[in-house]
Amino acid sequence: MSTLYDFALRMGDNTLILGHRVSEWCGHAPVLEEDIALANTALDLIGQTQLWLGLAAEEEGTGKTADDIAFLRDAWDFRNALLCELPNGDFGRTLMRQYLFDQWHLLMLQELQKSSEKRVSDIADKAIKEVSYHVERSRDTVVGLGDGTAESHKRMQDALDYLYPYVGELFTPDAVDDAATKEGIAPDLASLREAYDAAVAATMAEATLALPESRFGHKGGRNGKMHTEHLGHILTQMQWLQRAYPGATW
Amino acid sequence: MKPSVAQVYAWLDDVPDPEIPVISLTDLGIIRHVEWAGDTLEVTVTPTYSGCPATSIINLDIETALRGHGIEKLTLKRQLSPPWTTDWLTETGRAKLEKYGIAPPRPAGGPAHCPRCQSTDLERLSQFGSTPCKAQWRCKSCLEPFDYFKCI
Repeated sequence: MSTLYDFALRMGDNTLILGHRVSEWCGHAPVLEEDIALANTALDLIGQTQLWLGLAAEEEGTGKTADDIAFLRDAWDFRNALLCELPNGDFGRTLMRQYLFDQWHLLMLQELQKSSEKRVSDIADKAIKEVSYHVERSRDTVVGLGDGTAESHKRMQDALDYLYPYVGELFTPDAVDDAATKEGIAPDLASLREAYDAAVAATMAEATLALPESRFGHKGGRNGKMHTEHLGHILTQMQWLQRAYPGATW
Repeated sequence: MKPSVAQVYAWLDDVPDPEIPVISLTDLGIIRHVEWAGDTLEVTVTPTYSGCPATSIINLDIETALRGHGIEKLTLKRQLSPPWTTDWLTETGRAKLEKYGIAPPRPAGGPAHCPRCQSTDLERLSQFGSTPCKAQWRCKSCLEPFDYFKCI
């Protein structure tokens, strides 16, 4: 398969799996405004998934749709970063995960707006408008809860300690990424790290949270070699209908 | 005889947005192009938010309206780029929103005043609202919450 296919699949699987995770909050958030905000964020991410997986399907050229790619693959075929599939935990951990992803997503989309592939830059131009709102909110919430009560501070620090080892994967290129960079489709992932670190450090300082010193990074999601055990559980819910009633349509 | 492009636009101006029926599809600025390709009418539509559930309803409404006016051969095209921006909301659309109680978008990033009592003493409750295109604000004078059509 082409580099563009692999690239679009990784982008689409990130937004699909994180979007599904965030949607799990629907009807359960602590207050109505947050419930609505989470549902809207999930909706944006699923909308972006339709664009990315639609592009992957087009590139594959066998008549598949974005839905086929989303619902008719098993865990080992998914190419999302591990960060996206981690369980929601409490509200604070969900928003910490969102911030760590959103900050990367924003920087990535900024670079993708310059992609040599017009279909990629078109999606980036569209998605970045939505993601700008996501990062504004997740950042505000991380600061509010980090620099909040003793209890919220502790929970946010726990969330950061738990999630930070999954950040490194977003910046670790492999052969697929190298090919995408060479073809001008996508930036060198490692080149995004400096701006990311500066933004995250500023946010955590404001949130009175301490960034873990270790740069150890779990890997295996973006190449599908070693997903966490959580991904399969997400798929049993997300793909239930197509598994129980293959080919069912609305 | 084929109806003129201007006539088609006039028909589309009567099709309400499914989520905010006070404005039309042309007010919203999502009809990017109308043209005849031989005997087929091509209407190009741009989505507002990529996950907006109204998008498929909008396409259905366009098709229903135009077929009702006797258009038999119709193609709907999706155009992603340039992405939709609230700058494309018409002046009429903005006025209709305000009258309906939804503060229209402003580049400054927030409402000019409360759509009910005109007070400028406002606070933002959330960047997100009842549809992807809106945020929730509250007027600190009349104490009523209201929707703000956010700028993108």
